[in-house]
Amino acid sequence: MNSQTAIAADNDGKSTWKFLLRELKPKGRWLTPFNIISIPIILFGIALIVIRFWKGIGAITNLSQEIPWGLWIGFDVVTGVAFAGGAYVITFMVYILNMRQYHSIVRVTVLNGFLAYLFYAGALLLDLGRPWNVINPIIGNNFGVSSVLFLVAWHFLLYMIAQLIEFSPAIAEWLGARRARKILSAMTLGAVIFGITLSMLHQSGLGALYLMAKDKIHPLWYSEFIPIMFFVSSIFAGLSMVIFEGSISHRVFFSQISEKNHHKQRGIVLGLSKICTGSMFVYFFLQLLVFIHGKRWDLINTPMGYWYLLEMLGFVLLPMTLFFYSYRSGNIMLIRVAAILTMVGVVLNRLNVTIIGFRWDMAVHYVPSWMEIVVTLTVLFTELWIFRWVINRLPVLRDSPAWVKEENN
Amino acid sequence: MDLHRRDFLKVMCATGLTLATGTALNATPKNKYTPEFHGILYDSVRCKGCRGCEYDCADANGLPEPEPTKKIRGLRKTDENHRTVVNEHKTSKGLVYVKMQCMHCNEPACTAACLTQAMSKTKEGPVIWRGDKCMGCRYCMVSCPFDMPKFEYHSPNPKIQKCTMCYDTRVLKGELPACVENCPNEALMFGTRRELISEARRRIYEKPGEYVEQIYGEHEAGGSGWLYLSPVPFEELGMNTSLQNASYPALTKGFLYSVPSVFVLVPALLLGIQQATKKNHPNDDSDDE
Ligand code: SF4
Ligand code: SF4
Repeated sequence: MNSQTAIAADNDGKSTWKFLLRELKPKGRWLTPFNIISIPIILFGIALIVIRFWKGIGAITNLSQEIPWGLWIGFDVVTGVAFAGGAYVITFMVYILNMRQYHSIVRVTVLNGFLAYLFYAGALLLDLGRPWNVINPIIGNNFGVSSVLFLVAWHFLLYMIAQLIEFSPAIAEWLGARRARKILSAMTLGAVIFGITLSMLHQSGLGALYLMAKDKIHPLWYSEFIPIMFFVSSIFAGLSMVIFEGSISHRVFFSQISEKNHHKQRGIVLGLSKICTGSMFVYFFLQLLVFIHGKRWDLINTPMGYWYLLEMLGFVLLPMTLFFYSYRSGNIMLIRVAAILTMVGVVLNRLNVTIIGFRWDMAVHYVPSWMEIVVTLTVLFTELWIFRWVINRLPVLRDSPAWVKEENN
Repeated sequence: MDLHRRDFLKVMCATGLTLATGTALNATPKNKYTPEFHGILYDSVRCKGCRGCEYDCADANGLPEPEPTKKIRGLRKTDENHRTVVNEHKTSKGLVYVKMQCMHCNEPACTAACLTQAMSKTKEGPVIWRGDKCMGCRYCMVSCPFDMPKFEYHSPNPKIQKCTMCYDTRVLKGELPACVENCPNEALMFGTRRELISEARRRIYEKPGEYVEQIYGEHEAGGSGWLYLSPVPFEELGMNTSLQNASYPALTKGFLYSVPSVFVLVPALLLGIQQATKKNHPNDDSDDE
């Protein structure tokens, strides 16, 4: 257990302010490769964001009248949220199905999910032309209840609150707030149930956003089932992210993870890959059904058709087979490969719906400007900074302080 | 017994009636006065391509004056500085002009998309944009099948620009929209949609050789306020003829309608599963958080 946490626990939160100030300071070495790369990019990105608010969105993006949503929505929001889906799947398994063996990864997954929403949904603010009016649909100034985006926006907001509640016991443990921890822990189940419901709706809602763009999206990616596809794929997108993130965390934050949890990790990864196989099978089957029902054979022998085949065979069918094969043979390395392939597939799919297949028939295609990419990286790196900061301080990967165990027994 | 049955029947009738009239009222408002949807009939047989309407529109809406370009052939598009454009097309019947602007759909995709009701369909028919509500998300642009809302990408305080049929500046005061009033060739006509459709039919009927037998906008995308007459098939004028006839908001209705039931059923289901699986792990509670 970390010494700071112990002090906080001993003080029972009395010198919280001093403690907070001390915790704010960076820990460890400064000149890590990650810092050397990320700091200049973040500073540069901030400058670009200033320009964006000063000169307008067109000053740094390649968006046009025909393509109003680009990288920031298609990648940051739509893809980022799919990868954050792990949080609702894992909380479902642990709190609803009572699969306790996955308990040790709940916190890190929820934290990841929360930060993803905070930053990627936050990136949405950069994309809003008139962000000062963002409160209108929230304070009830004007409810556009027939709008899918209205639904998605509200669900983002509520889900972030639910995730914060799910994560809050870790904060309480960090601050040594025993009573608060008790109260907050009691709210977990409610938050989980609410959170899963919200997730189902907004994961599919992100797909439903594109339903009205019927004539603009390539028919191989457009169907009335986009919402269901988005929902099902968010299951394995989220879990692949959990597997991937886990394999990195276990190296980077090695010292934080207890011996017991290191050993557990193997069983967890195997279990998750089983669920990935199942959900990917459902997804592939759905895609096949839509394809055959839509009589889309004649579209296959075109460049977009090959692209579609690559996505479906190379990044859904192949990783699915790999997941299946490797959980039977217990090959963790292969599972990681499968997870990465799956993640590439999800990125491809989301971008195909939102960017590549969107207005595929136009003479001039949208390609994000380098400035859009830098801003996206800025968002990503800032998130990782916060993630690292939290992991190094709060009991997320490491075990809870001793007093939690005492209290529970 | 008999009485009871009669009571029961009465209740049934009352419920039935409310249900029936509830929907019926929406469809045919009879007793209360509600203005009919208005629109504009554009007749490309009469249009001479003078582009006067482009200038009048810019003038009426405080937009920069259109460039006096000679080349209006092909596909100029409306943008943040041009709410309307007139294009020239080489067709099987020679040069034909066509004016483009927001269609003022009966059931607009843009208003269904808008989460702040900044885009809104007025009861008189024009679809308007309200800057104090809009948050600039551009979902209306993604959704509009005609690609009509345009965004000021180069402004820190960007607006959505599109034809508003001069709703608050002129129509509400009883004046005609700027383009209609000033068209020297009477290619534009303002009126209720019903009047316009019968007028369009009359023109087709009286001069069958001059018009194709289709009123663009009568059914496209669920019908629109702007209605088009043409001497040639509408594809030749660069107009999208592959749009569905159902309204675009209908595409998301199924999803939106399922939301309340998901909200009721899923939490109940989850709680049920949670209770059921809990019994299998009576000792694990200690780890809960
Ligand atoms: S044409 Fe587009 S912008 Fe105009 S009312 Fe229809 S959906 Fe809205
Ligand atoms: S850009 Fe403005 S008008 Fe268009 S959908 Fe968003 S809030 Fe509504």
